[in-house]
Amino acid sequence: MIVRIATEGQYRLADDLIGRVNALDNEAVAAVEAGDEARFLDLFGQMISLIRAEGAPLPEDELHGSDVIVPPPDTSFDEARHEFSGDGLIPD
Amino acid sequence: MAGLSGRLSTVVKAKISKMLDRAEDPSETLEYSYQKQMELLQNVKKGLADVVTAKKRLQLQSQKLEQQVVKLDTQARQALAAGNEALARTALERKSAVQAELQGLDGQIAELESQQQSMTDNQAKLQSKIEAFRSKKEVIKAQYSAAEAQVRISEAATGVGEEMADVGLAMQRALDKTENMRARAQAVDELEKAGAFEDLTQLGAGEDDIDRQLKELSSGSQVDGELERMKAELAAGGSSAGELGSGGEERQA
Repeated sequence: MIVRIATEGQYRLADDLIGRVNALDNEAVAAVEAGDEARFLDLFGQMISLIRAEGAPLPEDELHGSDVIVPPPDTSFDEARHEFSGDGLIPD
Repeated sequence: MAGLSGRLSTVVKAKISKMLDRAEDPSETLEYSYQKQMELLQNVKKGLADVVTAKKRLQLQSQKLEQQVVKLDTQARQALAAGNEALARTALERKSAVQAELQGLDGQIAELESQQQSMTDNQAKLQSKIEAFRSKKEVIKAQYSAAEAQVRISEAATGVGEEMADVGLAMQRALDKTENMRARAQAVDELEKAGAFEDLTQLGAGEDDIDRQLKELSSGSQVDGELERMKAELAAGGSSAGELGSGGEERQA
């Protein structure tokens, strides 16, 4: 499974790790919805660290679309919140 | 597709895919997309130059503010030695405001530094991907049937397209941040122009607008503490205090 950390790069991640990334992602979104900034930053940070630690960076001469794209590592709470109201990180 | 239940990721991926879908069929417009890649590369280089310029400006300001901190500290001591506690307090209030500004600047310089690094990395990565795409394209054309080649080139083009979208996103974020910092640098310049960092000894006795603003910026208790510390230091080293006192009196002239 190929995962891109937006603005950073692509990683090849074992399939069983994707479940952990997804679980953190869902919890991070729940934190956003609950308005809990500290919890969001913590969970999102864990998610990025997990991908960096467990994933193998994709060689530069390999060209693949990603299966999963996670937001940029420096995504702020406000940006994450806006992401769900349509005017987020990437313009529609 | 498996593994796409994570919602933040899903939203981002959907948006990047939408950006890519807007492009024409990549296999039909290879030359066009290669040209686009080169344009993006040029933009990255320009963006990088912007970041470097902004960083240099902030570094210059930071140096100026550091000198200012030293000067205000000296002036506070001189004023105190001359028995002018009110002036010493004003100097310390300014020092505290300048220090707060300095801290902000240093943080921003560090951030620009890392922006610059990641943009340089991105630029190198994009260049490698473009090269890989160009050579892969030829190899694929030579090795596969037309239909198969189209599928494979399409997949490679998706990879490059995603990379381009991502580098574009990274650059946009870096430039947005640089823009914010430029605004801050401008604010510091304006404060300076308004005389906020002027030599205290050249100021009149009356409290002006800048003083009031600076007082709001600086925390009173921090200034109180520092004033007490300075007094104690002066009391401990009596001889040097007398020497500095003449500096304080010059101000009165």
